[in-house]
Amino acid sequence: MKNLLILGAGTAGTMMANHLNSKLPKNDWQITIVDQEKTHYYQPGFLFLPFDIYSTKQVKKNGKKFIPKRVNYIQKKIEQIIPEQNQVTLADGESLSYDILIIATGAKIAPEEIEGMSGPKWYENIFDFYTYDGAKALRNKLREWEGGKLVVHISEMPIKCPVAPLEFAFLADSFFKNKGMRDKVDITFVTPLSGAFTKPKATKTLHYLLEEKNIKEVTDFNIERVDQENNKIIDYADTEIEYDLLVTVPTNMGDAMIERSGMGDDLNFVPTHKATLQSINHDNIFAIGDATNLPASKAGSVAHFEAEILTENIQRYIKGEELKAEFDGHSNCFVETGNGKALLIDFNYTQEPVEGTFPFPGVGPLNLLKESRANHMGKMAFRWVYWNMLIKGVHIPFVSTQMSTKGKKLETIK
Amino acid sequence: MIKKVGQKEIQVNDEGYLVDFNQWDKEVCLCLADEQCINLTERHWEVIEYIHDKHRNDEPLSIRGIKKSGVINVKEFYGLFPGGPLKKATLIAGVPKPKSCI
Repeated sequence: MKNLLILGAGTAGTMMANHLNSKLPKNDWQITIVDQEKTHYYQPGFLFLPFDIYSTKQVKKNGKKFIPKRVNYIQKKIEQIIPEQNQVTLADGESLSYDILIIATGAKIAPEEIEGMSGPKWYENIFDFYTYDGAKALRNKLREWEGGKLVVHISEMPIKCPVAPLEFAFLADSFFKNKGMRDKVDITFVTPLSGAFTKPKATKTLHYLLEEKNIKEVTDFNIERVDQENNKIIDYADTEIEYDLLVTVPTNMGDAMIERSGMGDDLNFVPTHKATLQSINHDNIFAIGDATNLPASKAGSVAHFEAEILTENIQRYIKGEELKAEFDGHSNCFVETGNGKALLIDFNYTQEPVEGTFPFPGVGPLNLLKESRANHMGKMAFRWVYWNMLIKGVHIPFVSTQMSTKGKKLETIK
Repeated sequence: MIKKVGQKEIQVNDEGYLVDFNQWDKEVCLCLADEQCINLTERHWEVIEYIHDKHRNDEPLSIRGIKKSGVINVKEFYGLFPGGPLKKATLIAGVPKPKSCI
């Protein structure tokens, strides 16, 4: 009996457990998955929780429900990977050996990376919405907040779901309008990038949204520290921005276990071959999702496309065949723009988001890079797709693993 | 597009970044720096060398990378290349503008 070990039972790990469950012969392969968390969170829902659009119940379920029975599910903390010995040790001293290892330990926020961020006012007037606790604490704050300067801020790239902070600003605009207090709230969006959207073409096309919603923007802001006493964020060029309520996306980092294992880059992301998903340093170790250092978005849709290719490559690796070098960085996401509308963007390593229709060329029904109600319905329906199809490894009809160029107005990134 | 710097002609993109790193040399560098109103000192050259190292090894540049570089601290980096130091330093060093946009 051989062992395939998956570290992390989040979006990517759970998908891999489901895919491989149906592909690897039961008599030859034992599949094991390890994660200390009992709860599986629907992370895209953290964007809606602060505005009372989703309830806490809608964004979490018992993780066990999504792991196939044949898979050995260990709910313990991982201590370290020892690649030279093909072993993983757990915090309680137990040791697991593997023939193939899949790292799917994701990315986490690390507010301690920025001076002054995680001080005494963390969750008083400084919040993140990338964790369940943060999103929930922010919801409670927003329920009673009487207005002032709201600063929505990104610390440094890369971050999970790169458009989420902007969506947050758009939803905040709607939220305060609906509460009849938009005039009491001043919204500023602060980013280390040169534009509000992470891709130049999208920034150009969508800039009108910021103007329309009266959201101020500060670009090229590389934060040095948070001055909690004076409620200011300060960057290396000594630019200061005052806030009454700071909603920040702290530095995102790979799991500390990756660092303990000596297997990560500066941000604990695992160096990974960008087309095959094999780790650069070890042939029998693969990485998927937010845990990799791939120059693709850190997002569930990316993990979904990666999972289909990685499943194929694990089978090829077992047979001693050449790996398929096919992952193209495909990413697909709905961008909430507030007022019941959303945009859809579809892009990859080399192709920026462009206008067009999706998934059927010339037909849609979804419009790329244009606001519509249909796109918003798509985003809302996605929660069902996530729990019932995506993490269970069910193929999503009409959406191909590699990005399709049909029905798009193309322009390649130079 | 073609750009004339000193006695040489170089190929740049619409943001002014060198298209072919092989066209970079000290003379080009001095001209590009001059256009940015930057007088290159010993410290600037050390940073440019660091950027070239990163470029040759295909490693991405970031503020965090500067912080950990051991070559320079971020404050000083801002001092040397005021207003958008990563963008300016890469332009002068003749390497592509960092892509932190993913």
